[in-house]
Amino acid sequence: MRCDNCGEREAEIHLTQIVDSELTTLHLCSECAGEKGVPTQVGLGSAPLTDFLAQMEKGTSDSALSVEAEACPYCGTTAADFRRTGRLGCSQCWAHFEPKLRALLRRIHGSTQHVGKLYLGAAEEDVGVDADARIGTLRRRLERAIELEDFETAADLRDRIRELESVE
Amino acid sequence: MERADAVRDRGTDWLAGGGPDHEVVLSTRVRLARNLQGFPFSIRAGVDDRRRVLARVRSAIEGGTSLVEPDLLEMENLDSGQRRLLLERHLVSRDLIGNPDEDAPPGAALVLEGRRALGLMINEEDHLRLQTLLNGLQLVQAWQEVDRLDQELGGTLPYAFHHEFGFLTSCPTNVGTGLRASVLIHLPGLVLTKEIRKVLQGISQVGLTYRGLYGEGSEVVGNFFQISNQTTLGKTEEELIDHLARIVGQVIQYEKQARAILLREAPTVLEDKVGRAYGILSRAYTLPFDEMMNLISGLRLGLTLKLLRTPRVETLNRVMIFGQTAHLERMAGRSLDDADADVHRAAFVRRALAEDEEAARSAGPRRDLDLPGGSDGDDER
Repeated sequence: MRCDNCGEREAEIHLTQIVDSELTTLHLCSECAGEKGVPTQVGLGSAPLTDFLAQMEKGTSDSALSVEAEACPYCGTTAADFRRTGRLGCSQCWAHFEPKLRALLRRIHGSTQHVGKLYLGAAEEDVGVDADARIGTLRRRLERAIELEDFETAADLRDRIRELESVE
Repeated sequence: MERADAVRDRGTDWLAGGGPDHEVVLSTRVRLARNLQGFPFSIRAGVDDRRRVLARVRSAIEGGTSLVEPDLLEMENLDSGQRRLLLERHLVSRDLIGNPDEDAPPGAALVLEGRRALGLMINEEDHLRLQTLLNGLQLVQAWQEVDRLDQELGGTLPYAFHHEFGFLTSCPTNVGTGLRASVLIHLPGLVLTKEIRKVLQGISQVGLTYRGLYGEGSEVVGNFFQISNQTTLGKTEEELIDHLARIVGQVIQYEKQARAILLREAPTVLEDKVGRAYGILSRAYTLPFDEMMNLISGLRLGLTLKLLRTPRVETLNRVMIFGQTAHLERMAGRSLDDADADVHRAAFVRRALAEDEEAARSAGPRRDLDLPGGSDGDDER
């Protein structure tokens, strides 16, 4: 493959980046890469989404039937669709593809647990979880909030936990 | 439906320049991705879904937020030139405006607060993309602005939220906080001293990512880089913002050191570079965009090192945005092919530089006596 920049030398550096959910790959020879300030050791582990999607491809190509069976019951997105676009079709896809997504999230973000802002209005709209799981999650968040000395959030969390426990 | 001048000078207040660390940082952007429960994500949404999402968000906005006199611009009501103006100002994405030669995507809209860049995109890849753009390095301020808007909209709109994964998004790279913070930074010193590679490598190793201003991937024009967080899950918004702020702070220090070294070790090289940039920009009759950006980088460096007295930083910011083709077409009142655009761009830049020179002259010669060659605080605006 020729270098994207000079079009002459052989491309040795393949820079794949996911920026604002856009996936781009640039093929450069080492000289042009140097000129453009591209760190030449980047690449390993820099594109977890592409690696993962490629892996999914391998895993499912031998069983085309399972792809059909795996369509999200709400929006019809299949594993193949996701592999092709890198996009999920609806919030229910997150529950439907959960085991696969959990592995992907660990590779992209190094974590699966959201610890940021809470959506307090979401109590009834949480996607398919029982109260116990929700309380467990809230407790983890509460610990985190206390650790970060975010006492306002901690108070909100405590209220929500009490609320859920009283319903049980 | 929208007025002919609907786009006018919207979302351009940050061009006034200034702000914290403005010698190195042009602007700060923060965006939050949100989706509504009960609607498929954009990739699966039909025209009806998209219109219903728009209607719900519109009523939430009309129901009252802290946005001062917000305006909702529907892409379908804008012509292709107007949509490209918004794109050139970084207020919308390519996704939102669709192909400029075709009809705009139905239901796609932009909400803006007056001349400010605070607002949201509706029916982008995610249903909502709350965003703001501020001058200089203002990460905490920018985060607080979108956070407040998020709080208000989340009070009336049912967000898609998962107990473990957080705010759900169409792409797994955005899930959790949905937060992407990015800083547009000018690093000519590190490029000239050939230190940039090390710095960018360091950035990639600490969970951040970078890209050029307009280009894809690492296409860097005019020594402008955008540095942003890569992960969105497993850390709080404050942690993500704080981490980016600390690393950007370090990069600013490196850049300032590099500029000081250049000024000390190679003043003639620097003066020559700045002088040539000024010479070409003030005298050229045809000017491709990339060439303009590279030369503007030289002027910006010259201003911060007090090697130049004019133009003002605000002028450079305006030229960067208004010197793009859709903006030149609006000024010309007709569409321009590439060669025409280069001619119009050169004329626009010559005029802008001459106006600042004239203003500096009429401000009186005393400043020259007091501050030979100094920019005299013009870049503080």
